[in-house]
Amino acid sequence: MDALVDLLPELWKAAGETLYIVGFTLFFGGLGGLLVGLGLYLTRAGSILANKPVFVVLNLFVNIVRPIPFIIFLAAAQPLARMVVGTGIGNNAIIFTISLAASFAMGRIVEQNLLTVTPGVIEAARSVGAGPLRIIFTVLLPEALGPLILGYTFIFVALVDMSAVAGYVGGGGLGNFALLYGYRQFNPVVTWAAVLLIIVLVQLVQFLGNWLARRAFRR
Amino acid sequence: MPAPSPVVELRDVSKTYPPTTKGGAEVVAIDGVSLTVDAGDVYGIIGYSGAGKSTLVRLINALERSTSGEIHVNGQDIARLPERELRPVRLGIGMIFQQFNLLGSRTVAANVGYPLEVARRPRDKRTARVAEMLDFVGLSDKARAYPDQLSGGQKQRVGIARALASQPGILLADEATSALDPETTHEVLDLLGRVNKEFGVTIIVITHEMDVIQTLATKVAVMDQGRVIERGDVFDVFSNPQQPASARFVSTVVKGLPSEGELTVLRHRHPGRIVTLAFRDSSVDQARVFGEFAAAGITFEVVYGGINEIQGRSFGHLTLALTSGPDAGRAGDADANIDALLDRVRTLTTVTEVR
Repeated sequence: MDALVDLLPELWKAAGETLYIVGFTLFFGGLGGLLVGLGLYLTRAGSILANKPVFVVLNLFVNIVRPIPFIIFLAAAQPLARMVVGTGIGNNAIIFTISLAASFAMGRIVEQNLLTVTPGVIEAARSVGAGPLRIIFTVLLPEALGPLILGYTFIFVALVDMSAVAGYVGGGGLGNFALLYGYRQFNPVVTWAAVLLIIVLVQLVQFLGNWLARRAFRR
Repeated sequence: MPAPSPVVELRDVSKTYPPTTKGGAEVVAIDGVSLTVDAGDVYGIIGYSGAGKSTLVRLINALERSTSGEIHVNGQDIARLPERELRPVRLGIGMIFQQFNLLGSRTVAANVGYPLEVARRPRDKRTARVAEMLDFVGLSDKARAYPDQLSGGQKQRVGIARALASQPGILLADEATSALDPETTHEVLDLLGRVNKEFGVTIIVITHEMDVIQTLATKVAVMDQGRVIERGDVFDVFSNPQQPASARFVSTVVKGLPSEGELTVLRHRHPGRIVTLAFRDSSVDQARVFGEFAAAGITFEVVYGGINEIQGRSFGHLTLALTSGPDAGRAGDADANIDALLDRVRTLTTVTEVR
């Protein structure tokens, strides 16, 4: 317990790092997921921009990337991180790698959420002369907003999960804190303190997500 | 008076879909259909599900593209227009749907204003037009409501207001009342009738309910297996259908000749002779026909049929079970008496004796 009190400044710093990593990955991964999901949805057979080759390639890519265990993906994608971010280690490198993995995971979720929009509504928009871009922004995304918010809430938990292994490439965060100061120092109290913070964080976000989704569904 | 100009004209239009299984046959949805819809018509297209009528109506605003043939809308062949150039064409064609297809994320007013947003009309013009349309469909008080707070009939009225917001000259109604109860159906049909009369909008109605055609349409085409098998004025098709499929549709709302099964029952109950008289419009004088019966001393019971009214004209079939009056003599005389009577009635209208 005394050890934990001594480590408190470290704990808060780690919590800040987790927020930093998860915040940026939610933004980049979320955006990537939206693009991948829209790509999958729009190019599938019968959709407004149906394009079989694009769909097949995109679909295959998603299916290849998604099943790779993240800790292995982290190692495998390190050269790519080095190319894009300039470094293969640290918080910024892991933000890149998590965003990449999350784009494909989230892409599938976005695709599924968009499929809940009734095709008739899109047909109605086409019947008044709306083009694809307008349909995306005025029909597809607003109509699927409730499910999309829940989808992003869901992926948030996955992002926290992925961020826990940041320590393997020299990143920080609560996962790294728990492993470094709790597990390796045989101090379960410290581990549990990190776990508790993570639970609180996830609960808060889930709560917020549910509230926002309810507002979107209310109409 | 000049001949009415066609607003929609299909010339030998076909639509085939690729085979559903590898090496299978192509699916022919529309098979060489030609159809002319004049300005101001309420044109009904009726058929069983799978007859191709929903595909046909989607060819007119190019939501579905035809495989061959010409589709003229207001004189322009749109069959080969690229998607981008179709947008102005679509603004001139409103469409309403069986499932209403309102945007759940938008209020009633925003739904009605949607086509005007697409057409980039300025905001103040949009607001004015939306208010005008909501007033027309009687939903001004629901402007701020969301679609899922409305009943089915109200949703379809919003659909109609939205379809007409951009002041199109043509309205396509795809099974617009099929999801509504009978009372609401008639409210919506009345509203569509007003759209036709007050705004002069040409309406093309797709339906499988003959009742809708009877109430609303002026012309009708009967579709079966991707073809138009019969077409004409609603009165003509109703009073004298030429094709078995048309007759089946007509029989859902009009009792004509009794079927074999019904005849068996009738014969069992009425041992005498049974005849069916056709009454068509004012060409047949009912009073004279029944006067002949009275003069010949033949009494009868009406055992089947009815008289219907379409667009102010009446028609129908009445099936009579004949009985000789009490002063008739032997059976042979009575039969001869009836034969003589029927010969006289045949000069007035069509008589079918069902034996």
